[in-house]
Order: sequence, then C-alpha cells, then structure tokens
Amino acid sequence: MIAAATQIFGVASQRIEVVVMALFICLMIFELVRRKHLMERYAILWLLAGVTVLVLALWQGLLTTLSHAAGIFYPPATLFAVAFLFVLIMLVNFSVVVSRLADQNKVLAQRVALLQQRLEQQDEDEPSHTP
Amino acid sequence: MNRNLAIVPAHNEVEAIGTTIASLQRLAPDFDVLVIDDGSSDATAMRAREAGAEVIRLPFNLGIGGAMQSGYIYAQERGYEVAVQVDGDGQHDPRHIHDLLNLLQGDPGLNMVTGSRFLDPDADGYRSSATRRIGIRLFARVVSLITRQRVTDPTSGFRMTDRSGIELFARDYPPDYPEVEAILLMHVHRLRSRETPVVMAPRMTGESTISSTQSVYYMVKVLLALFVALFRRRPTKAEAAASPALESTT
Repeated sequence: MIAAATQIFGVASQRIEVVVMALFICLMIFELVRRKHLMERYAILWLLAGVTVLVLALWQGLLTTLSHAAGIFYPPATLFAVAFLFVLIMLVNFSVVVSRLADQNKVLAQRVALLQQRLEQQDEDEPSHTP
Repeated sequence: MNRNLAIVPAHNEVEAIGTTIASLQRLAPDFDVLVIDDGSSDATAMRAREAGAEVIRLPFNLGIGGAMQSGYIYAQERGYEVAVQVDGDGQHDPRHIHDLLNLLQGDPGLNMVTGSRFLDPDADGYRSSATRRIGIRLFARVVSLITRQRVTDPTSGFRMTDRSGIELFARDYPPDYPEVEAILLMHVHRLRSRETPVVMAPRMTGESTISSTQSVYYMVKVLLALFVALFRRRPTKAEAAASPALESTT
C-alpha cells in the first residue's frame, strides 16, 4: 500500500507538496468567494476538486484501491481521466451559463430600448412634463 | 395609428434609411414605420426620426434576430394586426407590400407570406451571388422537405405576418440568421405560411450582415438549428392555438 502511494505521489516530501497545493486551491477559492469575486454556486465545484486532491494526498492507497476496482492498473491514469472529465464538465457548464447570460442580455437590451422609446414618445406627447 | 406595422431593422444605414422610409410612406401609407436601430454608430436613428418613423434604439448590436424580435414585441404590445419586415438598405421594394397584404388577408388560414426572389423564374432582379444561391437552394430543399410544402427562398427577410405570427415571434425568435429557422418555427407551431414572387434590388449601401468568411459558419449554424428543431416537441393544435397569447417575453 505504502509502496503504491509512493508510486503515485513519489516520496513523502512530494506528498506534502500535493497537500499544500490542495490547501492552496481551497484557500484561493475561499478568498475569491469572500471578496465576492466568485459566487458560491460556482465555487462549490472547485472546492470539491480541491478537497478531492487533498483526500487523495492524505489517504494513502485510496487512489490505488479505486484504480484497481475500476480495472485501471496505472493509478495516475485514473487521476488524469477524472481530472479531464471534471474540466470537461466545467467547460460545458460554463458554455451553458454563457448562453443563458447572452439570452438574458438580449432580453434586457430589448426591454430597455422599448422602454426608452415609450418614454421619448411620452415626452413628445406632453412636453410640459419635461423640465 | 394604423393596424399595420412595417419593421425596418437598420445597422449603420444612414445613407439609405431616409429613402427607405420615404418610399414606405408613399407606397404603403396604411403601415406605420418602426425602425430598429441595432446599435448603429452613425446617425441612422436621427435620420429615421427626421423622416417620420418611430425609432427603437438598441443599446448595443444584437444582430438581425434580436433586432427583429424587438420589433415584434413592439407590434405585440401596441396591438398591431399585421407586421411586415422591410430591410433598411433598400433591397425590399415597398411596392410589393400590398401584394403580400392581399395574399395574407385573402386567405384567413394563412399566417405568414414571404416574398420570394425565385418563385417567378422569368422575372429578373437581384438574386444574390452564385455561391450563396447554392446555399439558399440547399436550405430550400431541407425546409421544403421538413414542412412538406414548396419553399423557394427561405433566406428572404421580406415577410409579413398576422397577429398570431407577431405573438409567436415576440415570444420566440431565433437569435442569429433567423429567416430559415423562422419558417420552421411557424411550421412547428402549426401556423401556415406561403410565398409570393417579388423582385429585389441589390442593396444600395452598407454591408451585408453575412460576409463570405462567415458563410460557412452560417450554413453549419442554420443546418444545426434545423436539425435540433426536428427534435423539439411539436405542440398540438389546441396548444398552438392557445400559446401565442403571451403575458411577457422570456
């Protein structure tokens, strides 16, 4: 087990580096949320990613166990596959969010333009109301 | 106020817009003229207002789909019975508006009439470039197949809709390159449309909304939209009749 973990994260010092990196990711996300640069609903998935890395770094052999259970004999491949899938899902999610924002933006522009036209028309009809 | 509205989408058409409005007022006096200024950087809006049109100025460029939909929302809110789309660049001859109107009002089951450049093979006039005609023919083939009726000019923006068409487009209109998809949208909501021959002029000024480099993207995007639309649920006749009565747009 320990041998397998060393195989994944190298020697103990490297394991510590991974732990530090995971903690740094979590802290960075937390700080972004605290400063309101990142909304909670978009932070959750990133926090989850950070915590996953942290757990894998601390829990020796988990990755190997999971890999063998999934029939993957080279544990880092599991890590890459999961990471790739995660990034893919995030990107598709962002495309969906951008599409929604673009649509809402269009509706807003239309409403503003129609309201502006209505206001200008009212000003023309009742010029006494204009200052 | 008239019961009919001419919607004129315009993006940087300061040269042509005055002429377009003037000929609309002369040749179709029973239509109010509404110009949608789609984020122009020139004096299009000012020139249009001077010419006596109502003007809606979009805060930034939305593209032809978003601009046209603004016009349909306006028509829907103000209770217009008929809306016709006339390009601001002088391509659509207002002389044909009454051909469209007679056809639309002559058949109570008809909801949209499109002016087609290709329906009358003997007529001349502007018919787009050769490469674009290949694309238009492909769209015509696909749309005809889906709607099971002959469509010859699916990219024509010269079209007139009745009240149910206005209500449908105010609620749902394709955001970019909308013409081809709009035909399918009508079909999906069980509204009937047909074509009538018109003669178009080459645009007076300005640039087409679609440059040659964008044509490939245009083709792919519209074909994808048509394909996806095939898998959308088609409302039943009763639902389609009930749904256009909308409260707000989404």
